[in-house]
Amino acid sequence: MMIEDLLEEKKSDIVERWFDAVIESYPDGTAHFLKNQKDLFANPVGSNIYSGLNALMDCLIKKHDETVIKDFLDPIIRIRAVQTMFSPSQATAFIFDLKKIIRDILKKELKNSETGDKLSSFERKIDDLGLIAFDLFMECREKIFELKANQEKTKVYRAFERAGLIVEIQED
Amino acid sequence: MKDLPKPDGLVSMMDHMPPKDKGWMDTPVKIRKGMYCYASNPKSVKYLGLPYPREWSPMDDDWKLPENWKEIISEGFRERLERFRSFKIFMDVCVRCGACADKCHFFIGTGDPKNMPVLRAELLRSVYRNDFTTAGKVLGKFAGAREMTLDVLKEWWYYFFQCTECRRCSVFCPYGIDTAEITIMGRELLNLIGLNIDWIATPVANCYRTGNHLGIQPHAFKDMMDFFVDEIEDITGIRLAPSINKKGADILFITPSGDVFADPGTYTCMGYMMLFHYLKEKFGIDITWSTYASEGGNFGFFTSHETMKRLNAKMYAEAKRLGVKWILGGECGHMWRVIHQYMDTLNGPANFLEEPVSPITGTKFENAKSTKVVHIAEFTSDLIQHDKLDLDISRNDHLKVTFHDSCNPARGMGLLDEPRHVIRNVCEHFYEMPPNTIREQTFCCGSGAGLNAGEDMELRMAGGFPRANAVKYVHEKYGVNMMACICAIDRAAFPDLMSYWVPEVDITGIHELVANALILPGEKERSTDLRSEPLPGMEDEADE
Repeated sequence: MMIEDLLEEKKSDIVERWFDAVIESYPDGTAHFLKNQKDLFANPVGSNIYSGLNALMDCLIKKHDETVIKDFLDPIIRIRAVQTMFSPSQATAFIFDLKKIIRDILKKELKNSETGDKLSSFERKIDDLGLIAFDLFMECREKIFELKANQEKTKVYRAFERAGLIVEIQED
Repeated sequence: MKDLPKPDGLVSMMDHMPPKDKGWMDTPVKIRKGMYCYASNPKSVKYLGLPYPREWSPMDDDWKLPENWKEIISEGFRERLERFRSFKIFMDVCVRCGACADKCHFFIGTGDPKNMPVLRAELLRSVYRNDFTTAGKVLGKFAGAREMTLDVLKEWWYYFFQCTECRRCSVFCPYGIDTAEITIMGRELLNLIGLNIDWIATPVANCYRTGNHLGIQPHAFKDMMDFFVDEIEDITGIRLAPSINKKGADILFITPSGDVFADPGTYTCMGYMMLFHYLKEKFGIDITWSTYASEGGNFGFFTSHETMKRLNAKMYAEAKRLGVKWILGGECGHMWRVIHQYMDTLNGPANFLEEPVSPITGTKFENAKSTKVVHIAEFTSDLIQHDKLDLDISRNDHLKVTFHDSCNPARGMGLLDEPRHVIRNVCEHFYEMPPNTIREQTFCCGSGAGLNAGEDMELRMAGGFPRANAVKYVHEKYGVNMMACICAIDRAAFPDLMSYWVPEVDITGIHELVANALILPGEKERSTDLRSEPLPGMEDEADE
């Protein structure tokens, strides 16, 4: 049996436990809310994380390309990049939790050494996901810094410029 | 070499999980960058005559507090409990049912439990119980009481400036506790010992001295209006002559200065000017602007009741000086909570003005009977209802519009249907966001109540996420590319928020949409909208 088929079979269990692992990174009071409120608009953080993880697991199993993976990973990283309770490593650590979760769930199957080898090569994809998360996290942080820098520029400079208090050098 | 840790060992030494929380009282405050605004500039505090102006920084251990700060806070607390009956009730009546807990955009977005409205209120209540209730004095922590300490004070400051006073939580409270009022009191107490933020203190000082938040002087205000007159002439071929500081005009118009000086509010400002020109040409109504009462917003509201009163009074003083009949107010947020819920007992009733009646339709604006200030969304909606505006709504056909209920007009004065009525009559394509994110349940922009600074961008992005999430939904489902709102803070804050979460959606005020559609008498065929973007089907003409 292909490792992908095995993972597909156990997918819902894996995603549930992966979701729990992300949720556990939040303080208790928050974790309860993020896990139990199912409405997308009342709980956008929990909902986006859940649907993102679900889609990512699909991507890993079905060998989608990087652009598709980025689209699904982006909403999760974008949220955690502005949640300042997390350091960058804490914000992205959930990617690597997936390895342990899969190994726990496939404990029985892994007694077969061939499955073990296949899983090791599958885990490379999780490492790749970790690297994509790093890129996305940096993109989000750069965007925040850009907004901070432009905030000052637009607030002060443009007001003066439009009020005619700044005169630029004119062309002849 | 053998002493070096193995790679596995290195990884396992790192803790990727933040420490789990203990009880909230035992979780000390950690002030994080990106979540707070800079401390107030002492010059601004001094100018207003507010206490303890000084240089201080939230990241320093020493906040340079007055020696008797505990006494000042305790005395201030006692005074306010006596003065404001609502405050006393809100301190006593909460049963901690948790209905409000998950309704705050800052809690939802940041994931910090102390942003649950009930916990934010407990920050004050715990000290209230300790200092003012027998149970608290006797039982201490068992009764939810705790002593005021420096750590508690820092926690107050950090979390009372992580609340936008939007009042979404209060909609869900079975006892009707208005947590915004608790934040208001918390901030007022902090101001007693000079702990404000600069994004509030300096606009207040500017407004008190010059008349608006940015400190723009009358001649610069006039320059901006001249610039808009040129822009409007380019687009419509009509040269406007707006009334400014005109004695004996019918109506005084006051809007947030953000509309005059910050994009995209400037297009809304051009919209007001075009509407007033139309009304003058068609019906002979004279609506004047003022370069002195040049601010609708009132950041005094985020400082103290007294400061709010001082700024609010300027609007009425100018209305008196100019001898107008009543005041028309622009698309602003908290301005309307101040007018609708506070003005009457601050400076009112404004009996020297007339009870507002539309000179064009004869409609009496009953809700403004005492304050004498009419919201422009209601005014324009009434004009449309009576078919007084000539409109070509195809000029907004390139826009797929949704509407964000700005918190204060929605929850602070119940202005829910008038802006929608206006939008539906000037735009073909209008789509609502999901029901639990609009009207009374609207999600805040995350930047109100003085938090629209640059240094707290992470807080703003996290707090604005529930709103952005709903915008993203209508963008993906209906192709929405424009969100209308009726608040200048919204117009300043949302472009940043959208840029981070849904970059395909732009922001507008509703009077920009009105003016796009409004046919001015004698105008040329327009090829662009107010932003100088080509109108649908006019791409070639606009290039020329």
